[in-house]
Amino acid sequence: MAELLRFATAGSVDDGKSTLIGRLLFDSKSIFEDQLASMADASQRMGLGGTNLALLTDGLRAEREQGITIDVAYRYFATPRRKFIIADTPGHVQYTRNMVTGASTADLAIVLIDARKGVLEQSRRHAFIASLLRIPHLVLAVNKMDLVDYDQGRFEEIVDEFRSFAAKLDVTDLTFIPLSALEGDNVVTRSANMDWYEGSSLLHHLESVHIASDRNLIDARFPVQYVLRPHSEEFHDYRGYAGRVAAGVFKPGDEVMVLPSGFGSTIASIDTFDGPVDEAFAPMSVTIRLTDEIDVSRGDMICRPQNQPIASQDLEAMVCWLTEASSLTPRTKLGIKHTTRSARAMVTGIHYRLDINTLHRDESVATLSLNEIGRVSLRTTQPLFFDEYRRSRETGSFILIDEATNATVGAGMILGES
Amino acid sequence: MNYELSHLRALEAESIHIIREVAAEFERPVLLFSGGKDSIVMLRLAEKAFWPARIPFPVMHVDTGHNFDEVYDYRDRRVAELGIRLVVASVQESIDGGRVTEQTGPRASRNQLQTVTLLDAIERHEFDAAFGGARRDEEKARAKERVYSFRDDFGQWDPKNQRPELWHLYNGRHRRGEHIRVFPLSNWTELDIWQYIAADGIEVPSIYFAHEREVFRRDGMWLAVTPFVTVLEGERPEVRTVRFRTVGDASCTGAVDSPAATVEQIIDEVAATRLTERGATRADDRASEAAMEDRKREGYF
Repeated sequence: MAELLRFATAGSVDDGKSTLIGRLLFDSKSIFEDQLASMADASQRMGLGGTNLALLTDGLRAEREQGITIDVAYRYFATPRRKFIIADTPGHVQYTRNMVTGASTADLAIVLIDARKGVLEQSRRHAFIASLLRIPHLVLAVNKMDLVDYDQGRFEEIVDEFRSFAAKLDVTDLTFIPLSALEGDNVVTRSANMDWYEGSSLLHHLESVHIASDRNLIDARFPVQYVLRPHSEEFHDYRGYAGRVAAGVFKPGDEVMVLPSGFGSTIASIDTFDGPVDEAFAPMSVTIRLTDEIDVSRGDMICRPQNQPIASQDLEAMVCWLTEASSLTPRTKLGIKHTTRSARAMVTGIHYRLDINTLHRDESVATLSLNEIGRVSLRTTQPLFFDEYRRSRETGSFILIDEATNATVGAGMILGES
Repeated sequence: MNYELSHLRALEAESIHIIREVAAEFERPVLLFSGGKDSIVMLRLAEKAFWPARIPFPVMHVDTGHNFDEVYDYRDRRVAELGIRLVVASVQESIDGGRVTEQTGPRASRNQLQTVTLLDAIERHEFDAAFGGARRDEEKARAKERVYSFRDDFGQWDPKNQRPELWHLYNGRHRRGEHIRVFPLSNWTELDIWQYIAADGIEVPSIYFAHEREVFRRDGMWLAVTPFVTVLEGERPEVRTVRFRTVGDASCTGAVDSPAATVEQIIDEVAATRLTERGATRADDRASEAAMEDRKREGYF
């Protein structure tokens, strides 16, 4: 059974990120001949020598013309063990927004470092965002080892420097891999040029890193998405609550509670098109039927009576601001979407802005602008049913929407009730 | 129980979540159905999303009039089985009504004309969300498109101004006249689609399997001899064993040499192929480096 692993890559073109992705795709036979031919054509037209693998991910006209990456690109490859989804994010300073977007669903992040340049401000920023978004696994890929003569000393210097920085972050699993994307060292197979390195190749690490236990299987949370009432002869009285398990495990016979009503009931069955199931866990999409006829609608949360999310209209969160069109200030009113629940929210306070390079908290600021991250208090028009983001990504995250333009302007990670 | 899902079931769960979210938040969604394998899988996912209830939105076929008979038969049978409404948006009617001008010459194709027919139908029926079967692995412009792809009053896509899409929180807010294209299969690959068709025993039109057909060589592809294309001087029709990797307008969809007669054989073939499906079979994408991006900006699928 092949599992799905989503990973994000961060780094600039100079770090060899495109070459690394190109190498992973090429060696897993996921680049096709017509794509190669089209990249070779374009490289020639642009007067570049050889075939520029970056052209595989830089798909838009403006990107090709200006030689930049402006957005998250998704790439796919598979090995017999896993299917991989890559969210490839540009590394420039102004693109924190893109990395946050790409990282939000990732199981793992690869931060690229040029072995000659060592840990740069940009590398620290990428690692910080990965930890803020709670990506469970972080890989520091020390690239271009061929240009430092595959020197173990240089690699260890970088590892030490990065480790001391990472100690300030909330990173649970940190792996260092010395490699050369250009030469293929330690990308797919272990390199003969670095016999001092005893770890896995990057691909082997991606195939084997244990992700099943990253999910929250403890706090049962089922945000109701859609109420199914067929009104057909065969299913005359059927009333099912369709949704996706956000966290935890549900079983028929479980005692449950529905928020906000607080009514209790028992799970009668968990249905799918392919038949009822004995257990439903994240991220399964299922339909829950209850033994009692109680009023349940979209936006409600099914949980266990002894383990409920926080229900509150006041919350504190780390917010990343995503637009240049406006900024976040106290008393700003916005739309908020959290699980399947939509409401309005007002900013009741901005506590500090975080300098994502130094992790310094600047408490003197009163606004957040594009690509800035800060600690914010919000009051919502209706209670939300949430958990701390660090405990549950699905029930701890929200987006903020500008009610005039309908644009998505903020991404929030809940710290708790305020 | 180890609480692990296979990649196909994880993709399925993600797609069902997206489809339900749209049904819950939009007033008038529609599912765009071409009869191709991707829209067939998407329709099956919609069926699963609402079972045991019916799919709560209609299906729309943008019909160039140049489709293979097997595809029409399949479409009509499936729609009847599901008991849902079929809306046909006809390119022929757009031509007759003077909305578009038919291309002329032996290489004429109605593929480009579909955009106008599609946008007119969305406007006429006041659809506010349209599900499409596009996948990000198909093409480089699609690789950067969101699951919810916002379209303005003119149906245009602005790739530089897309809404950030985080976690599984989709923002479908729009004004009247604007709409959202929704791509529930964004994260599926061609191989995933075939593996899913095999795993679920889904029927697909017969032209996906190897069969004998009169074809001729043009632009490095095998085009079928049909009433919709003119065979040029020097092009020699011959009967070959072929199958279609994509199903689209007969005038621009090429067949590939293939002995694959079962879904399992197709999976082996797709796993080993060295050409993308669009590169191998679609004349429309060969027009230029950014052909798909340009068409998408105008409102294409």
